[in-house]
Amino acid sequence: MNYLYLVKRTAIAFLSIVVVASVVFGVTTLLPGSAANIVLGTEATEQTIQQVNKDLGLNRPLHVQYVDFVGGVFTGDFGESLISGQPVSELIWPRLLRTLQLATVAMLISIVTAIPLGIIAAAKRNTILDHVVTSGSYIGLSIPSFVSATLLLMFLTSPPLELFPKGGYVPISQGVIPWLHHLLLPAIAMNTIILAYVLRQTRSSMVETLESDYIRTARLKGVAERNVLFKHGLRNGLLPTVTVLALNFGWMMGSVVIIEQIFAFPGMGELIVQAIENRNLTVIQAGILVPTIAFILANFAADIVYTMLDPRISLGDQ
Amino acid sequence: MATDTSTQDDSAGVEIPPIVGKLLSNRRILIGLAILLPIVLVAILGETIAPYDPTATHVVDRYAGPGGKFLLGTDHLGRDLLSRVILGGRTSLLLGFGATALALVLGVPIGLTAGYAKGRVDEVLMRIMDIIMSVPTLLLGLLILVVLPSSIINVVLAIGVVYAPRIARVTRSATLSVSEEEYVMAAKARGESSPYILFREILPNVTGPIVVEGSVRVGYAIMIGTSLSFLGLGAGPPNPDWGFMISVAREHIYQTPWFLIWPSLALLLTVMATNLIGDGLRDVLDPRETGDHQ
Repeated sequence: MNYLYLVKRTAIAFLSIVVVASVVFGVTTLLPGSAANIVLGTEATEQTIQQVNKDLGLNRPLHVQYVDFVGGVFTGDFGESLISGQPVSELIWPRLLRTLQLATVAMLISIVTAIPLGIIAAAKRNTILDHVVTSGSYIGLSIPSFVSATLLLMFLTSPPLELFPKGGYVPISQGVIPWLHHLLLPAIAMNTIILAYVLRQTRSSMVETLESDYIRTARLKGVAERNVLFKHGLRNGLLPTVTVLALNFGWMMGSVVIIEQIFAFPGMGELIVQAIENRNLTVIQAGILVPTIAFILANFAADIVYTMLDPRISLGDQ
Repeated sequence: MATDTSTQDDSAGVEIPPIVGKLLSNRRILIGLAILLPIVLVAILGETIAPYDPTATHVVDRYAGPGGKFLLGTDHLGRDLLSRVILGGRTSLLLGFGATALALVLGVPIGLTAGYAKGRVDEVLMRIMDIIMSVPTLLLGLLILVVLPSSIINVVLAIGVVYAPRIARVTRSATLSVSEEEYVMAAKARGESSPYILFREILPNVTGPIVVEGSVRVGYAIMIGTSLSFLGLGAGPPNPDWGFMISVAREHIYQTPWFLIWPSLALLLTVMATNLIGDGLRDVLDPRETGDHQ
């Protein structure tokens, strides 16, 4: 383990969080009157703007506000909701946990379906099976999640085929089955694009691996085809797929905004949309920062795990 | 040094014809174009071919099914769906292509500069791009549109900013290898200015990866744009795009599923076509990117 790398990577993660917090602070506070405008919308008058600025502490010197904000981000203090007065962190925490459950189930679905399908398509390359899987992945890749969510909701939650509840959330303490029953449909809807993407990635890296010299050698040595595929091929073919999965976490944190709205799922995404509708500035700031920080930390963790697995990786070169 | 004049010819882009032939013999590009061109054409013609005024309400014919007086049926206010899908397409396509164009305008110079300057400049520029990319795309778009009033221009601006770092990254890595080439060294030795070297010597030789990335982005930009409209933050009522139509249609699915199906289908086909073209371009222009197809 390279300690210099570890230090540098930690510094970068830290700096990223500071910069993202600064940008969110800058965009929502520095623009002339913007914070007050966000809160008041089109009904802003000179008087109400002054009042809001005072309530939000925006009449304090800028550097004080800035240090206060960025410091708050690191201590998990995002201020209070402008609507309910509740601390924003208390509002966010339970919702973040629910959203992470949704994202985890979605991720697991794409692993257990897309990776095997991708491997099969690669192994049976240019057969009808491959063509069906590949064209299917094109459609999956082209469906925006709000369309797939709406269609799934339309066909699978009402009378002829009432397989799933229309939405909502049931905590896992009330049973794994009802919990999963509520999570499954939004997870699938959120997943169509990622599933297709992972499938294609798995297929193309497996195709590449299967054509490599050592696979050819293994075949020539008479290793059974199943072993060639799963022992030799899989290990090397899957590395790029793991990277794709880590990167897709960011995509998921964005698409939950839409999915949770459609399935009335009480997570982060629904909170952000509500906050935008209510012009609840502090919640909007936290709603954008928390998933972003989670994504930065996820990438950080992925990088560290990678270095442990492959000590040759160094920072700087791609 | 002897290659100097010939590379100048290259940079003037004379040798286009053989590439066009190669592109048009790619099956994915052909299928993609066969789907996309009619959609673009219909969107451009807009009002001239729309059978009805897209805002005209025909109260008697609310929730009409497809066929008859209204080819694709009507919505909850009795407006002709075909006309609305046609004009909605104009907005959605404008978002996709406009945002991608903006991302290119912002991202390409950054990528060229970083890849050519290397060292500190490269490090700083690319770290900034990484940080922008660490904000989930839809959230960054939301953040921008929360501050700016929602209009088509601002949606284009938001998506353009969101995708610029990806373009910059691709441009940079292509520039890194090209900037070591002899003709770049030669231009430097001749004492050409940096902008000249960046835009006249390097840019013409890195267009392949940029075109590929740009074409892939169009589809994603349309998706993000329609998603923002779906959330009510995009192009609003005066020019409803497919995303906005779908969000309204959701409330009426039990009266008429067609209201939902047509814009969804149009959106799906458009994004699929741009994805096919993007993949085809990648096969032809940047073959090392795929394990498949050589």
